[in-house]
Amino acid sequence: MAGKPVLHYFNARGRMECIRWLLAAAGVEFEEKFIQSPEDLEKLKKDGNLMFDQVPMVEIDGMKLAQTRAILNYIATKYDLYGKDMKERALIDMYSEGILDLTEMIGQLVLCPPDQREAKTALAKDRTKNRYLPAFEKVLKSHGQDYLVGNRLTRVDIHLLEVLLYVEEFDASLLTPFPLLKAFKSRISSLPNVKKFLQPGSQRKPPMDAKQIQEARKAFKIQ
Amino acid sequence: MAGKPVLHHFNARGRMECIRWLLAAAGVEFEEKFIQSPEDLEKLKKDGNLMFDQVPMVEIDGMKLAQTRAILNYIATKYDLYGKDMKERALIDMYSEGILDLTEMIGQLVLCPPDQREAKTALAKDRTKNRYLPAFEKVLKSHGQDYLVGNRLTRVDIHLLEVLLYVEEFDASLLTPFPLLKAFKSRISSLPNVKKFLQPGSQRKPPMDAKQIQEARKAFKIQ
Repeated sequence: MAGKPVLHYFNARGRMECIRWLLAAAGVEFEEKFIQSPEDLEKLKKDGNLMFDQVPMVEIDGMKLAQTRAILNYIATKYDLYGKDMKERALIDMYSEGILDLTEMIGQLVLCPPDQREAKTALAKDRTKNRYLPAFEKVLKSHGQDYLVGNRLTRVDIHLLEVLLYVEEFDASLLTPFPLLKAFKSRISSLPNVKKFLQPGSQRKPPMDAKQIQEARKAFKIQ
Repeated sequence: MAGKPVLHHFNARGRMECIRWLLAAAGVEFEEKFIQSPEDLEKLKKDGNLMFDQVPMVEIDGMKLAQTRAILNYIATKYDLYGKDMKERALIDMYSEGILDLTEMIGQLVLCPPDQREAKTALAKDRTKNRYLPAFEKVLKSHGQDYLVGNRLTRVDIHLLEVLLYVEEFDASLLTPFPLLKAFKSRISSLPNVKKFLQPGSQRKPPMDAKQIQEARKAFKIQ
């Protein structure tokens, strides 16, 4: 297929980071066009490039694809990271949805109004420790394999590694009771394409602090 | 495959309604086990039937599938409602995600605290009128076909019909400027399986009012 995928988003994690992770893990080089001003975003909209006036948008194979999940599903299918059959795919989707929920729960804390932060942080820690991490520890224990589904690398392994790193940034002690998840994190981090993405200088994005996000939202008039 | 799918959820629309719609449109009979007390939900959790302690959950083909999108993706794949190739699937996913966002935006209004309702309602009307409905009117205009993707019925046609009915319940005048969407609504409503689901006595669920939802959430201690 012609050319590298082109990713349109802010120079930040947001809803594009899981896409960057998946492309990197698949060994796919990609180009990024950062939205750096309200005029940049307005131009994308006016030119009819954003189906619902929203980013992320990825130009790939002649399509201008919006919606994070649609983009992830396409990349996973194209690069054979979506399981070998319908049932494996169903498990991959179920696990991936749980991971996206957890990612969103942690990711939104940085935007939380101060009067809600303590309660929201406590809820996020509880859910991480008592719902999500136990669920995936149990999957790994139940089959004793290196990957979550089908004994080979799929998208959900990449999504889980990504969120485990966010959990670690959030509160590293949350991972302590989960030895299989810690081993999983080391194992997937060591895969060549992933290892490269984890190096400085890759297209992986650092966390933003609340002030940076507030400034960005103000500039772009995002609610 | 053995037996009918079994759907576990409250006796309400919520995140199961789009699944009911898709099964009905595919002509698949299903059984429902309603959660009617906190003990019912607790038992599902304790028995390890809910991967992330959440419903909806659908028992299908030996799996206990959670997460609305994972369930929808599986049903659409199984019943050949997911397009003929990877690119059609990508469009279906992009359109479906937009529809799910709109469904959630409208669906959440009934739960909205009174001091936010006016602003949230205005935002939902604006997004419906200026973002989502124009986007789908444009798709229909661009190819002039009866269905959104690939000139045959796919899941996204069912999702769009479902949300158009919610838009109508919300504010019927919002549909007035969109003749192709109105024609689409009539056309898809007339398909035999859909027509049957629209009849009284089907497994389609009515809207709940705020009081009913508040009572249900109180009973189940849902935040």
